[in-house]
Amino acid sequence: MILEARSATVRYDAHAPLALDQVSCQVTSSELVAVVGPNGSGKTTLVRALLGLLPLESGTVLVDGLAVSAWSRRALSRVVGVVGQQEEAVFRLTVAETVMLGRYAHLGALGVPREVDREAVKSALMRCDILMLANRPIDSLSGGEWKRVRVARALAQEPRALVLDEPTASLDIRHEMELFELIRQLVDTGLAGLVITHHLNLAARFADRILLLDRGSVVAAGEPRAVITRNTLSRVFDWPVAVTTWSDGSPQVVPLRPGEKNQNTTDDLV
Amino acid sequence: MRGARVIGLVLFVVVCLAAGLSAGAVPLPLSAVWEGLWNSGSGASAIVRDLRAPRVLLAFLVGGSLGICGAALQAMIRNPLAEPYLLGLSSGAGLGAVIAIATRAGSAWAVPLAAFVGAMSAVVLVYRLSLVSGRRLDPHVLLLSGVVVGAFAGALMSAVMVLSDAPGVRNAFLWLLGGFGTASWRALAVFSVYAALPLAVLMYHARALDLIALGDEPAHHLGADVHRLRRLVYICTALLTAASVATCGIIGFVGLVVPHAVRIVYRPLHRSLLPIVFLVGGCFLVLADVVSRTVVRPLELPVGVVTALIGVPLFALLLRRTLA
Repeated sequence: MILEARSATVRYDAHAPLALDQVSCQVTSSELVAVVGPNGSGKTTLVRALLGLLPLESGTVLVDGLAVSAWSRRALSRVVGVVGQQEEAVFRLTVAETVMLGRYAHLGALGVPREVDREAVKSALMRCDILMLANRPIDSLSGGEWKRVRVARALAQEPRALVLDEPTASLDIRHEMELFELIRQLVDTGLAGLVITHHLNLAARFADRILLLDRGSVVAAGEPRAVITRNTLSRVFDWPVAVTTWSDGSPQVVPLRPGEKNQNTTDDLV
Repeated sequence: MRGARVIGLVLFVVVCLAAGLSAGAVPLPLSAVWEGLWNSGSGASAIVRDLRAPRVLLAFLVGGSLGICGAALQAMIRNPLAEPYLLGLSSGAGLGAVIAIATRAGSAWAVPLAAFVGAMSAVVLVYRLSLVSGRRLDPHVLLLSGVVVGAFAGALMSAVMVLSDAPGVRNAFLWLLGGFGTASWRALAVFSVYAALPLAVLMYHARALDLIALGDEPAHHLGADVHRLRRLVYICTALLTAASVATCGIIGFVGLVVPHAVRIVYRPLHRSLLPIVFLVGGCFLVLADVVSRTVVRPLELPVGVVTALIGVPLFALLLRRTLA
């Protein structure tokens, strides 16, 4: 198990309600776990707790079997690569320079990149299909390209787990799909993947397991078909939905308009 | 291309140092400077060795240090407009100097020492105010604390000046405007020994500065200990800036503009940026000092005035050309 939370409980403020309430989750190699839930349900809090950025009120978080608090930031970054929700560059680096920052934890005391570091950067750029962007300044990239650069930077860390917090926010359909295909490919080559997303349909198609959070607690967890159900989603999101099945067997969610017939449908939508 | 730039930069440093040794109230041709440097019997030896060499080297070292402080703070605060004096220590230093003068402190070292104590007091106060949750140094709170502590120290300084009848209080202002008129080998030695450690610490953490410039969370994820790094950067830049204020008054603009200009011309990764900023900052201040000594000869303009008068148009030009 690479990332594991056992009954993790987090409270931001002594008088505030629990941000995470006894949440357990596990991510292992070659497995993609999607964390979904309404705004404020604790998705990002869970990720931050898994990365040791938040103190737990109770429970345990383990990275590769060791308590996350026992890891130095440097050592942890060689195991877990993270692509955060947002990142705005202040200084004008090139794509290759940005991806090389992923090698920080691998560099020696003088911080001089060696051949192995340059190879890791090149390999990360190739895996994300952005080698041709290597010399472009990052402020000239589109939103989709910038996301890929950040995934490449995380890959340059040569991690065993990849954590992505809303990676497709503000991307169009093509870039969303390209990014999820890339994530799936990386997971299929052995990485453990944890992705937070608001895209229930993409989560259902790409993830092996889904964790549905609401108000800091796990409402449902398991294979997409077990979690993406009409009753559960309508209750958690407080909005009527219909759930249909796509040709690959994955459940797909259609939010209903007021007055629309609220029923489960298995119509062939092809 | 890269080699040519390095050679060009080294030549630029040599030319600036030579100009610094040659120019002054008594202009010396380069041959006389060379003779004076190596031959103690030459006529120019006293001027070159005892007066100009320590002055030029001190200006170079202070300029380089201020440049590196600016670059490190800009990365830490993630703002290209950050500069060393944002931390409120210029007013702290000013208050210290004015108190020393108003109380007629006698020794020649009293004013710089009081300025250093004032600057460090402001630094400690700003640092304490900026600690969030007991131990995290928040860069936004740091900026605000710097501004309010600076304003408070500035108000106290004005009060001391108004209430004091000491004749030298006006000199405190002149002294604060900056200059290397009192440079000596001893001052150079003290500053060099003192500055070596904070400069080395900042250079050693150059890669980590690249990460912290991305923001706290990305830096955490890439393996940097953000809170420790931020404390280190703050302490090192504060120590260097306080020492430079105590040595030669408040010289603005170097720490703001030099790192920014170097980032535009060269790549902005700190491992190569910091040494280049050090060299360019040093040259900039040596040239500003040359101008301050020669433009209204035999009087001297405060070097802080010159850095602004030269730096602003140069910077505006560079900015316009870059954005065009």
